[in-house]
Amino acid sequence: MSLPRFGPHDDPGPDFAALLRLSRSGGHAGAPDAASGSLPSVSPSEIPHGTTCVAVRYDSGVVLAGDRRATAGHLISNHRIEKVFPADRHSGVAIAGAAGPSTEMVRLFQLQLEHYEKVEGTPISLEGKANQLGQMVRANLPAAMQGLVVVPIFAGFDTAASRGRIFEYDVTGGRYEERDHAATGSGSLHADIVVKLGFRPSMARAAATDLVLDALFVASDADSATGGPDPVRDVFPVVAVIDADGYRRIDDAELRRRTERLVRRHRSRREADGGAS
Amino acid sequence: MTMPFYAPPEQVMKDKADYARKGIARGRSLVAVRYDGGIAIVAENTSATLRKVSEIYDRIAFAGVGRYNEFDQLRIAGVRHADLKGFAFSREDVDARSLANAYAQSLGQVFTHEMKPMEVEILVAEIGLDADGRGDQMFHILYDGTVVDEDDWVVLGGETEEISERCAAALPDAPRGLADAVRAAVAALAGPDRTLGAASLETAVLDRSNGRRAFRRLTDAEVSAILDA
Repeated sequence: MSLPRFGPHDDPGPDFAALLRLSRSGGHAGAPDAASGSLPSVSPSEIPHGTTCVAVRYDSGVVLAGDRRATAGHLISNHRIEKVFPADRHSGVAIAGAAGPSTEMVRLFQLQLEHYEKVEGTPISLEGKANQLGQMVRANLPAAMQGLVVVPIFAGFDTAASRGRIFEYDVTGGRYEERDHAATGSGSLHADIVVKLGFRPSMARAAATDLVLDALFVASDADSATGGPDPVRDVFPVVAVIDADGYRRIDDAELRRRTERLVRRHRSRREADGGAS
Repeated sequence: MTMPFYAPPEQVMKDKADYARKGIARGRSLVAVRYDGGIAIVAENTSATLRKVSEIYDRIAFAGVGRYNEFDQLRIAGVRHADLKGFAFSREDVDARSLANAYAQSLGQVFTHEMKPMEVEILVAEIGLDADGRGDQMFHILYDGTVVDEDDWVVLGGETEEISERCAAALPDAPRGLADAVRAAVAALAGPDRTLGAASLETAVLDRSNGRRAFRRLTDAEVSAILDA
């Protein structure tokens, strides 16, 4: 690979996606081609899809969580897929939709943020990162029309405003900032109701973590494409917190403890009802 | 009809080399030193925004001396090279050696084929995964594309001989800590007649304990604390 150099007129600047396009047309060594508009239509039952993700703002940041199931039609294709990723030090992204294009989009998004930061010497603002992701979702629209839908949630800690912020998207790349919480994927309807009812302004991190676990638990109870906690395989949702210290994933030991408590709570509620329903 | 002047190739190359060296010597110098936790790079630089030392990739740093616009262009090309390679293959496939070779090719090409050679000297440093620093590498690349694989420490810029002598004298034997490495580098850059404060220095490290992205800039406060200790 030779050194990619450009004249002042065709320099792609800090935009990695533009650099990738230029280097492909210039015949650089081969990254595989991204989804183009000329794909034949594919049925969703043929490719793995990831589903439910939620984000909740708490007093000093954001909690971002996603279940671990991938489905292809009526079959479960993966029990431990991950749909929550760090985007950079102070933000994360959770993705529902076709698993292949989703992970590819996340990879490109992560690199886009890091590339900009290295070339320019300063990170993009949180708003700018949210817009970048919107443009990537928009660029995926032709593929989405063929059945490869990608719908992310973007959440991060705004170091300038010193608070957590959450952004939701639609298939066309429309970007909507949510004040307190967001959900995406097939179980989002159920998850969102749980979050809506349980949300309190300026919750602590622990309460917000319990809330997202409960939301995914209830979603998995009603939506076949959302996976519940799996104590047999030791699989729990991916839960990440993003605050002033940055993005970090909550470890499985803590998630197991919280999940066991959650199950006990649901059970005792039933028993208090005399085991009805 | 006018006859084109004949210039012997030796003379042309020598003139170009002299021109490049003169340009490089006008700027301030830079020292990179290995320490027990990675590689420290200390540059004399009064600007807090126009950087000489920067991050290329997870474990790779770049440093340049000479004309700012020229080495900054090379820096950006290096970031692009590394990010494209990491995207096409995998993050662990990005290494300093292939980047140094790409730089050498590019600089050599400009030196022989273009009117004006680049007035820069650059360093590509990479830290290895081993805790004992066996995988650490430093490639010093000159204006004509010459690559030198440096072992323990390296000086870039003008007055390299004086600075190298001072550095050899001031630097304790390996393994050395970060503070010792930085103090020796600053003493070598400053010389006997000057003292350099944190404000006129740009200091960055490739730090094995810094997670995936090993590159980190030291703040003025950190540098002052090291120098005053």
